[in-house]
Amino acid sequence: MNGLKMKGLRIPPVVASVLLLLAMVTFGSIMYTGFFSAQVFLNLLIDNAFLLVVAVGMTFVILTGGIDLSVGSVVALTTMVSAALVEHRHWSASVVIPLVLAGGAVFGAVQGWLVARFRLQPFLVTLAGMFLARGLCYLISIDSISITDPTFTAIAQAKVVLFEGASISVGSVIALVAFAIGVFVAHGTAFGRNVYAIGGSEHSTLLMGLPVARTLVGVYALSGFCSALGGVLFTFYMLSGYGLHATGLELDAIAAVVIGGTLLAGGVGLVAGTLCGVLMLGLIQTLITFDGSLSAWWTKIVIGALLLAFCLLQRLTQRNQPGGEPAMA
Amino acid sequence: MTTAHEMNASPPRPAPQLPPRDSRWVRAGRHPLVWPLVTLALILAVNASLNPGLWHLEWRDGHLYGSLVDIVNRAAPLAIVALGLTLVIATRGIDISVGAVVAISGAVAALMIGGDLKIVDGQAVHISHWPLSVALLAALVAAAACGAWNGLLVARAGLQPIIATLIMMLAGRGAAQLLTGGQIITIYYPPYFVIGNGFFLGVPVAALVALAVWLGMTLLLDRSALGLFIQAIGINPRAARVAGVRARTITICVYAFCGLCAGVAGLIVSSNVKSADGNNAGVLMELDAILAVTVGGTLLTGGRFTLAGTVIGALIIQTLTSTIYAIGVPPEINLVVKAVVVFAVMLLQSPEFRRQVRALAFRGAPR
Repeated sequence: MNGLKMKGLRIPPVVASVLLLLAMVTFGSIMYTGFFSAQVFLNLLIDNAFLLVVAVGMTFVILTGGIDLSVGSVVALTTMVSAALVEHRHWSASVVIPLVLAGGAVFGAVQGWLVARFRLQPFLVTLAGMFLARGLCYLISIDSISITDPTFTAIAQAKVVLFEGASISVGSVIALVAFAIGVFVAHGTAFGRNVYAIGGSEHSTLLMGLPVARTLVGVYALSGFCSALGGVLFTFYMLSGYGLHATGLELDAIAAVVIGGTLLAGGVGLVAGTLCGVLMLGLIQTLITFDGSLSAWWTKIVIGALLLAFCLLQRLTQRNQPGGEPAMA
Repeated sequence: MTTAHEMNASPPRPAPQLPPRDSRWVRAGRHPLVWPLVTLALILAVNASLNPGLWHLEWRDGHLYGSLVDIVNRAAPLAIVALGLTLVIATRGIDISVGAVVAISGAVAALMIGGDLKIVDGQAVHISHWPLSVALLAALVAAAACGAWNGLLVARAGLQPIIATLIMMLAGRGAAQLLTGGQIITIYYPPYFVIGNGFFLGVPVAALVALAVWLGMTLLLDRSALGLFIQAIGINPRAARVAGVRARTITICVYAFCGLCAGVAGLIVSSNVKSADGNNAGVLMELDAILAVTVGGTLLTGGRFTLAGTVIGALIIQTLTSTIYAIGVPPEINLVVKAVVVFAVMLLQSPEFRRQVRALAFRGAPR
């Protein structure tokens, strides 16, 4: 990647995402009655809180030019461990939640260590991590464990009333806070700067004396932590632990990041764009629900088409790379 | 094994530059198929110790019966998918949409065959909507078209393979669910079941199909320059193009072929269960296939590939699954075991890791 051209490229995909989001909102408001209401948009946040948190972590990984396929499984493992500890062992929620968050971070850090230390492909390492986390879920239990713990149910049912007739869940507040911290880490810390530098050119970053290996481990640990936090939010949302929870979430998260304008080659993108991508995925689902005549399977096809459109847009803006060269992710 | 044999036949060469450690056995040990074969033998040995009937083969009702036949039969769809994927990986690509394509192919075949119960001459006969050959052809064409679309995105639009095929994985799964309406479509047409359940000359048809795909590919790739071209693209796409290899056309064809293979596997799977399931057919199959390819010794960084290794890899995966069932542990552990195998294979393939192990093993001894 050419460092000089990065500046000019930074804006277009994000702007395109925002414009498309506005266009979809306008379309929905005109086409369907009752669409343009505060609660519909707040529901977007409530239903996609866990996806937002997971996608923020994924943004950092993709910014370094890597990928994390294990996020969906880590979410499932988190729901499973929380449910098992709270329900079967009767541990307190205040112990369980920090424990699973730390567990997610360690899981991610080990993957990052394998990537950084042995130069393994992130795609493969996290693919194996995905198997491992899913398998561990089934080791705990094959069945779904529903949660009746008072702390969990209280948090799950609590509503933060913003104004008359519009409220959001505690989970979405946590997600927004996590998102804000993510924006700060990406743009206001040395760690964030190193992440962008590695994505631009790992070799140059090494030559500049920046801590490449440490940053990579940190990025995957962050993604693991975000997945675990997403898992905690998902536990609030579903009030159960299940090994089949969040299957395919990794693809949604990657799609959200890409639609949010982050280049898969790394180095270019904004964490704020990811919020846009998550909202867009949620909006597609809402539009299809409002329409009523389209079957739910169309959601996947529309998301696929949108992902394709954004990838092609990215290719058009990436003029400095020779086209048509097969490259491994 | 060939290596050792050749060295027996050739006259002893003076090879002073080779250190004495590199005996015939050591060099035979470097043959790319040795480790996959050793792994397979080990797993089979573990399986045999738990399941004494493993080696038992029997000729019953004109068919071959036995645990081994079962393993080979079940490994067939995976082997076919993995063979197609091997070529994609050899061009330094990846195809994670094969599972979705398996579902699409099965759904197309199921919809076109259907199977209505009709009374002909007082006998209940199942009639397919379309002729069987047309239905099979349509399913394979749909699968190959999915693959070709992936190839176009990779070779023409220049998308990263994982993203191009991720799009197909998402949209393809949606399309399969749309085709089947999210339901399991049952097929009532006995001739179709031959592909997944039938026997030809006493051998399962599915295994024969896999064998045919393997032999066909081996012939095509070994007897023409195509194999060399694919390797060249994997090692350095730009250099291959400069050298006159039609890299883009070949890449598109390789992805289309991978889709076709997934389509064949989809037919076998849906024929075996006599239905098409848009939601669950082929789910996680892409991961098993990637695993089979890597365990078989094909490098994920492109270039070197081995079809025989991939077939052995598919057998390893299936034997592992059977062994896990034989041990009597819950089948859910399967995923954990697979994860551990992937980690081990990845580390063994990593030059960094090998260098460190060597440094540990030969510490002090200059090399």
